[in-house]
Amino acid sequence: MNRFGSLPRRLVHLVIVLFGISLVTFFLLRLIPGDPALAILGSSYTHQRAVAIDNFLGLNRPIWTQYGLYMDRLFHGNMGFSFYYDEPATTVILQHVAPTLFLLVYAGALAALISFPIGFISGLRRGGVVDQAGRIFFTLSFAMPAFWLGIIFILLFSVHIHAFPISGFGSGFIGHLYYLFLPALTIALGFSTVLVRSLRAATISALQAEFVDTARMKGIPWRRVLWRHVFRIAILAVVAVYGVNLAYLVGGTVLVENVFSLPGLGTLLVDSVNQRDYPVVQGITLLFAVIIVCINLLTDMVQAALDPRVGQEIGT
Amino acid sequence: MSGGQPAPGAGAPLLTVCDLRSYLATGQGVVRAVDGVSLTVHEAEVLGIVGESGCGKTVTCRTIMGLMPARILHTSGEVIYHPRGEQNLLDASQAQWESLRGAQLAMIFQDPMTALNPVRTVGDQLLEAVNAHAKLSRPEAQARAIGLLERVGIPAPARRMRDYPFQFSGGMLQRALIAIALASSPRLLLADEPTTSLDVIIQDQILSLLLELQQDTGMSMILVSHDLAVITEICDRIVVMYAGQVVEEGATSDIITAPRHPYTQALLDALPQAGQRGQLHSIRGSPPSLIDVPDGCRFAPRCRHVTDECRVWETELIAAGEREHAARCWRLHDIGRSQAWQGSDSA
Amino acid sequence: MSTAWAASPSELLMRAASKAAGRRRSVTRRRLTLIVGLVLLGIAILAVFLAPVLVSQSPTTIDPLHPLAPPLTPDHLLGTDQYGRDILARILYGGRIDLAIAFGATAVTLVGGTFYGLIAGYIGGRTDSVMMRVVDLVFAFPFLVLVIAIIAMLGPSIFNMFVAIWITSWVAYARIMRAQTVVAKKQQYVLAARALGYGRLRVMFRHILPNTASAVIIFSMVDAVGNIILAASLGFLGLGAQPPAPEWGTMIADGQNYILSSWWLVAMPGLAVLYIGISFALIGDGLADLLRAGEQ
Repeated sequence: MNRFGSLPRRLVHLVIVLFGISLVTFFLLRLIPGDPALAILGSSYTHQRAVAIDNFLGLNRPIWTQYGLYMDRLFHGNMGFSFYYDEPATTVILQHVAPTLFLLVYAGALAALISFPIGFISGLRRGGVVDQAGRIFFTLSFAMPAFWLGIIFILLFSVHIHAFPISGFGSGFIGHLYYLFLPALTIALGFSTVLVRSLRAATISALQAEFVDTARMKGIPWRRVLWRHVFRIAILAVVAVYGVNLAYLVGGTVLVENVFSLPGLGTLLVDSVNQRDYPVVQGITLLFAVIIVCINLLTDMVQAALDPRVGQEIGT
Repeated sequence: MSGGQPAPGAGAPLLTVCDLRSYLATGQGVVRAVDGVSLTVHEAEVLGIVGESGCGKTVTCRTIMGLMPARILHTSGEVIYHPRGEQNLLDASQAQWESLRGAQLAMIFQDPMTALNPVRTVGDQLLEAVNAHAKLSRPEAQARAIGLLERVGIPAPARRMRDYPFQFSGGMLQRALIAIALASSPRLLLADEPTTSLDVIIQDQILSLLLELQQDTGMSMILVSHDLAVITEICDRIVVMYAGQVVEEGATSDIITAPRHPYTQALLDALPQAGQRGQLHSIRGSPPSLIDVPDGCRFAPRCRHVTDECRVWETELIAAGEREHAARCWRLHDIGRSQAWQGSDSA
Repeated sequence: MSTAWAASPSELLMRAASKAAGRRRSVTRRRLTLIVGLVLLGIAILAVFLAPVLVSQSPTTIDPLHPLAPPLTPDHLLGTDQYGRDILARILYGGRIDLAIAFGATAVTLVGGTFYGLIAGYIGGRTDSVMMRVVDLVFAFPFLVLVIAIIAMLGPSIFNMFVAIWITSWVAYARIMRAQTVVAKKQQYVLAARALGYGRLRVMFRHILPNTASAVIIFSMVDAVGNIILAASLGFLGLGAQPPAPEWGTMIADGQNYILSSWWLVAMPGLAVLYIGISFALIGDGLADLLRAGEQ
């Protein structure tokens, strides 16, 4: 039995989604009211350049051709030209990828580290200290916008206590870990609320399952029952939630990068919006979507690996 | 206290339940699920507990095994497991439970599909049971597990070890659960409605299997069911429960031929008989609330022999015949049965 | 484990009864959550609505004589910002924008997404597949990034914030509603309604919708908080409300530079966001518990 689901079917689905994404990002540019060339060029407008852009985007040709041109260029790694930076958009974007990816993984790991123990214990000891305190704490942090939390953190830990740097990416792996700790924590806390709640509910429900009684009936230590049965089942529910909320996680990076002045895709995005650098905006949107698609694929694979019933829905 | 005279072939008392009360503190009030139940299981004996849904038979079993949710459970009384030095199980510590369960007491549940962890192989979960109370090497444990699966009648056991619960049929899964329960050779097996969610043909097979295993190993069994026909097939003694109390107890043959409590009589009447035509008898009305327990006899509203005194007097179990036959009805000597039960032809 | 083999039955009953009573108390506590949340939100709405009555200052009037006044200065309860504008006034008027987003944006996406999901789930088959593909497509994009991209194209303004949220937020409701509808379709009450010959629309809106609405309504509370935070975030990034419009996010962004000396520039609007967020969260929690208890 294929433990990772039907891979070919998934890949086909993936390709379809990617095409759909490219379609959406393609149409993004068409949203601009008025003349796209004027909007793109802004202050560097000359008639010559405008004509060049018109040809480049195929604005005087049918929409399908435009899309075809767009896809053709994409396959060659060409996301357009940034008039602001005077470089291919691809180059600009790739320069900013590393901090964002690092932040994403870091935040994801921190979120799991924080929420899994708290969620599990909250479910085990309902109404206990961890549960009550956790609930209050996480409801508060949920209601707090990521950027405000970030500002508070900076105030407390960077300015008053000097424990962490205020901004920047740092150098070297350890450097990155140090510099990105506060930003990653900021994102992780917002994310953790949902995870804790989900794991808590899943734990409570798993504890009431009959197979837990069967396991206890065997006379094996309670610790083992908790780990190999209760946690093992509860975590399934959380994997799905984790994956879904990763989309919000990505949104969080935009804000947090801004607050902590990190040279990542988020900062680039906001700057590009303010500079009317449309090709870059388009390219970043596309890249973010691709990242999300990859994350979803990974989540699906993890779920299939953990739960042999996945993929068995047809027929059972 | 019901101890003493066991069924023929059975031995000394193994487990004695003495005035057990299990109350559940819920948001709607206190549910008096088990309200003064006493029974005894002897060695090599099969005891049946029969009653409608909600009569407390499942809660009794789970209380015996210590599997009730501790947050809302309040108990009093004694559950004495004799081989372990007259220990009252209600006071058992976590460590004591872990040594008792599996090795001395085991239980199988009603729905095999939910009784196993769906994301781990059946073999894994069986091995878990095998290794719970024994120090075996890998190949030894594996061999023992496969042997158990074979013993309960699962074909191709070695291959089936690697399968997941959803790949088994209901009957096969229940067999696997029996194998798991017997992995550490317990002396008492509690079976809570083990055949209720299976179809009739499989029911028979499972019951035969249980009886066979019981006779081979000499272990005791408590079989719980709402179906009197199932109970009478393999049990030596029967306990009839109603609304959290024992209303009649005795040897199976005595209960069938000379039931003394109106509820037992009604249960027997309700069974379809061999060659019966025409209307089936059912018991009108429904069981009382376990939160607002009425005064007097709890069966009074539905009893066809009820008098005014019944609604006020709280009767105890009164001796009704030989072999510790007793019933909770002060009128048991006055009322008889319309006809003796012919028996059914579900063999 | 609570056992005592020496306890008499009546003592047992008393102990169990007191625990049961305790359980009833916690149910009331949960209902309290909902009430507190509603009250808090009600106060906020009232305050924001009555802004002109409560504060005499205008949120945009510059007062060069009193910049960066701390809280509790006469005439300026919460202080002033670097231009001398009264912070309390800015918060109350700014609240209008953020609460408008919370209700306006959420309501539209709630209704739109719910209808979409209901129809898709009920019709099923090919139509359902195609409709949900569209939903999947929007989901493939990180929410904030998509919103930013749309605003980038349309131009930053309050109205475009609404538009961007309308375009992107409805999908969550569609997904939830569709899942609920697919399950509801097979329930007895729907089969009965169809057997009676009721038309599609009637079955959908008068039978399925009332029974499944609870999930989307609870989610809308979470979403409302999200939208407020989104509006504030966009304001913070300079992509939402434009100066001099008072909006909590823009206030926080502007106040960042003065955080060490004049902490109230950032703290006040931040607390406002927190306040609204918590009240919605309480309502959501209370509703969830209430509906769950009702379903049992």
